[in-house]
Amino acid sequence: MAYPKDRKYTKEHEWIQANGASATVGITDHAQESLGDIVFVELPKVGADLTAGKTFGTVESVKAVSDLFAPASGTVTEVNGDLSTAPENVNKDAHGSWMLKINLKDPKELDGLLSAADYEKFVAEEGGH
Amino acid sequence: MSAVETTAPAVRKTALNAVHRQMGAKMVDFNGWEMPVEYPASIACGIINEHMAVRTGVGIFDVSHMGDIRLAGPQALTAVQHISMNDASRLAVGQAQYSALLYPQGTFVDDVIVHRLGEDEYLLVINAGTREKDFNWVRDNTRQFDCAVENVSDDFTQIAIQGPKGVSTMQKLTDADLSAVKFYWVTRGTVCGLKNILIARTGYTAEDGFEIYVPADEATSARVWNEILKAGKEFGVVPCGLGARNTLRLEGSLSLYGHEISDTINVWESRLDRFCKMEKPEFVGRSALEKAKAAGLTRTLVGLEMVERGIARDGYKVLDGGGREIGYATSGSPAPFLKKNIALAYVPPEFAPVGSTVKVEIRGQGVAAQIVPTPFYKRPKK
Repeated sequence: MAYPKDRKYTKEHEWIQANGASATVGITDHAQESLGDIVFVELPKVGADLTAGKTFGTVESVKAVSDLFAPASGTVTEVNGDLSTAPENVNKDAHGSWMLKINLKDPKELDGLLSAADYEKFVAEEGGH
Repeated sequence: MSAVETTAPAVRKTALNAVHRQMGAKMVDFNGWEMPVEYPASIACGIINEHMAVRTGVGIFDVSHMGDIRLAGPQALTAVQHISMNDASRLAVGQAQYSALLYPQGTFVDDVIVHRLGEDEYLLVINAGTREKDFNWVRDNTRQFDCAVENVSDDFTQIAIQGPKGVSTMQKLTDADLSAVKFYWVTRGTVCGLKNILIARTGYTAEDGFEIYVPADEATSARVWNEILKAGKEFGVVPCGLGARNTLRLEGSLSLYGHEISDTINVWESRLDRFCKMEKPEFVGRSALEKAKAAGLTRTLVGLEMVERGIARDGYKVLDGGGREIGYATSGSPAPFLKKNIALAYVPPEFAPVGSTVKVEIRGQGVAAQIVPTPFYKRPKK
């Protein structure tokens, strides 16, 4: 799959799309495919502070609980309420289903994240073991 | 703990392993067996679709990893009666019953379906993870009887065809009159051209359906699997993995060894009383059960439904209203057909009445749940 070039990616399979000082966060298509049917998404409240690399919520499939890791530090400004009633939207369109919007603490944190091409390579290599 | 680590035995595979992989199934290690957990979305599968297919149409499962023990001989019934808690003397030839093998302490070696295949011939179908343990247990506890005990687990590919359209699907592939086979009875017939195949109206999904036992070679197994998929196509058949197998049995409140039943849980606690015939004068575990009954229950198995948002899972703690730990969930998961989050749990008897409120500890927080009647799901009467 060709991952959208308009965003950055993490090794924990989140994506982050920056727009100046704010950004939108979600999980990748690879993540939703590995998880299977998503039945529950637990997200922080508006105003919560995220620290890059730390967990900020969970996504649950029928069989498993998976932590969500913050791609960057910042404060939550919006949470996608649709995901509490329709978590399966993430399976249908992972790259179009945003989870959080945040005000970035330091937009330069994104420089250290994976580009679409690097993420594609990472996923291919991970699948190889 | 041994000082020298031995290498783990290679993971075991059923004869249908290549078929599952070729269909793109996600494979997982289940008690030493490489099994499909779910099939891909690209063929309209996934745990939820597979679960719903079994509830509304038909789904098929490779359950060859389960074990099979054959007891045959003049004292086969006596042997079965000694090791099994249910009353096998009630079985006519061709009839089956759910039961369990118990330790002298009245706790579980395994649960089992006992099939009477002939005058003096019984087939015990047991769990995958307990194949060797059970066979050794059965052999060691029946030496005194004139009865041959054989481990025939590797002789069969076992396929389950489950759902309201299971009968219609199978009828297309066999000359046996399946409408004449009542639930928990068996017959033999030609299936996919194979003669004398055991066809049992049993299952682990809380639906109608069959389990068939065909020769275990890869070519025959694959051919039968594919013919069933073809026959079931008009009914919306899908292949189903262990993920759906678990959600289906949980909705039906069917026990899983290592969860609701184990070697530290007794029959009364697990609420399997109706399968335990204390009127039998003797069976392994009987005297311990008598004592346990007199002593009374300290914990009992209940059904829970989440009231607040959250999913209770295997092993999660159950708390009382004040946040004190009172028990634990043995199995918990979303229920795809019921569209609720459910669990089976051990709690003290005072918390068992239907409607009692408890909490489940989920990531450090107590989330409200209530005790509900079991089974959570019962298939509609025709």
